[in-house]
Amino acid sequence: MYNYSEFDAAFVAERNRQFRAQVERRIDGSLTEDEFKPLRLMNGLYLQLHAYMLRVAIPYGTLGSAKMRQLALLAEKWDKGYGHFTTRQNIQYNWPELRDVPDMLDALAEVGMHAIQTSGNTIRNVTADHFAGAAADEIADPRPVAELLRQWSTDHAEFQFLPRKFKIAVTGAPADRAVTLAHDIGLQIVEREGEIGYKVIVGGGLGRTPMIGKVIAEFVSQDDLLPYVEAVVSVWNLLGRRDNKYKSRIKITVHEHGIEDIRARVEERFKVIRPTFSGIDVQLFEEIKAAFAPPAFREESTAIFETTYKTDPIFRSWADVNLADHRAPGYAIVQISLKAHGETPGDATAEQMRVMADLAERYGHDELRISHEQNVILPHVHKSDLPAIHAELKKHGLATANIGLISDIIACPGMDYCALATARSIPIAQEIATRFDELKLEHEIGELKIKISGCINACGHHHVGHIGILGLDRAGVENYQITLGGDHTETAAIGDRTGPGFSADEIIPAIERIVEAYLDLRDGADETFIETYRRVGMPPFKAALYEQAEAYAAE
Amino acid sequence: MPREFTPKVVTANALIEGDVVYQTADDRWTRDLSEAELIKDEGLANLRLAQAEGQPELVVGAYLADAAPSEDGPQPTHFREEFRRTGPSNYFHGKQAELTDV
Repeated sequence: MYNYSEFDAAFVAERNRQFRAQVERRIDGSLTEDEFKPLRLMNGLYLQLHAYMLRVAIPYGTLGSAKMRQLALLAEKWDKGYGHFTTRQNIQYNWPELRDVPDMLDALAEVGMHAIQTSGNTIRNVTADHFAGAAADEIADPRPVAELLRQWSTDHAEFQFLPRKFKIAVTGAPADRAVTLAHDIGLQIVEREGEIGYKVIVGGGLGRTPMIGKVIAEFVSQDDLLPYVEAVVSVWNLLGRRDNKYKSRIKITVHEHGIEDIRARVEERFKVIRPTFSGIDVQLFEEIKAAFAPPAFREESTAIFETTYKTDPIFRSWADVNLADHRAPGYAIVQISLKAHGETPGDATAEQMRVMADLAERYGHDELRISHEQNVILPHVHKSDLPAIHAELKKHGLATANIGLISDIIACPGMDYCALATARSIPIAQEIATRFDELKLEHEIGELKIKISGCINACGHHHVGHIGILGLDRAGVENYQITLGGDHTETAAIGDRTGPGFSADEIIPAIERIVEAYLDLRDGADETFIETYRRVGMPPFKAALYEQAEAYAAE
Repeated sequence: MPREFTPKVVTANALIEGDVVYQTADDRWTRDLSEAELIKDEGLANLRLAQAEGQPELVVGAYLADAAPSEDGPQPTHFREEFRRTGPSNYFHGKQAELTDV
């Protein structure tokens, strides 16, 4: 596990000291809100619907038990006993008071965490595959380069006032679990003639104008990566539109100029700045890599796992959907669902955070990950420990066997918390999960990703959900539009809109009609929802959605 | 033809706690919408908003929100203001819990 250096610690301490003084000056009236707002945003502090919200970075979703316990402490001491894990591997606290935030930041700094650049027009928290370092299909661990990017981008003088926010994601495996194609820059680790390098994708993004990123470079070597990424951001910093915030993201710049023009400009810029990178970054990268060395995996019998799997159907059901293949023999990746039916997607109580920290410490080489799907991962678990882990998870409401199923819903905070949202998303997610739990259908349905956003900004990634739901305000009423066929993986696609939206009362039955149509249309239980959609297209789903709605209304 | 003015309340977030507050006719800030001043005149509404904006030591982001009269004082006319008046729907947190405690 990478630990912050003395330089990092001193930098964060100084930022916290500055922010404490800024909060004091805001409270005593020396700073106006207009003066204070950009300062608080630089430190991850928003003002939302009912309270302030503090967004804390969990770089590349990796943390150890000490950090998780500190997140629990913050939830308990300065919030209402829980935190909300987000799609960009951050945690958000929904109820802090302004005067407490400097103390919260100091508490985070004690364990090497911060909220710097979790807001504002800067390079945000660098995200990565949540199975990094553990996945069976991995070419190389993406976290060292994510850490290098974090160090390079933090307080980067040229990139503190970009045209808009800028998001980077990294994957080290061909299976894309980091949504790299929907990021401003997506990096995919690739191998060419035995050399590890990076495929660089630019101009992906969701929101008002959803776009799948385009490949700007098929292979950038490790030595060239940082100057190449710097060239991309630098070109966009110059070209990116500051006259219209809806057209400012790099996806619009790429769209307006064309990928060839952007590539030529990036290469020109790269030639200029490449000599200014002296190689220190390459040396630093080697040091960072060493900090991410895999733990010492043990060799032991997995008999207890096999026996429990055969004799305990609840354990088997959980193991079938919540485990993923590990690269080490006898090991598994454990996905802990934060989507218990009827609960808020992505929320964990302080007690649950401590339970997960304890499990990581006892059974998981002290490692935890936060996934972009708002779940928690124990990346390195020996299979012989799985029955004990499952038993402990069950005691604390953390053993829901639904990873990748219909109730494993990504949901943004929506209008229940977010000042930008125009409709609620959490209650819709809760109702869908509860409904399909009642129907006892979700294991029969199999893999199906529902993603919900409460506004056009698409924090809930609805565009890339197999079923996407977008909540909007239509003439003073919450209305929900449905998209089908979205995909967040290496075969990423933007979903197609079905047609007119549905009221809050109508949306659950509408989702049910889509799922019933899928069950009727699929070519056997092995054909997933997305495969069926790709085979039959929109028309039969649209018919099920609207003709049945009309028939229902006519009765 | 100018749009007809609909009744408003002045609302904002409290500086320290961040929670939703409303301006009263006697120049207090209350957390209870029923105590808010319902303003039916556009000129007065703009004046009261300006006064609210002149209190940055107390509140943040003051604006005029539509409201309708009732026996229990002003009521929200849009669902967003209803959620601001109560609190989130997934937990019994925020104003709904705090006002019960009063």
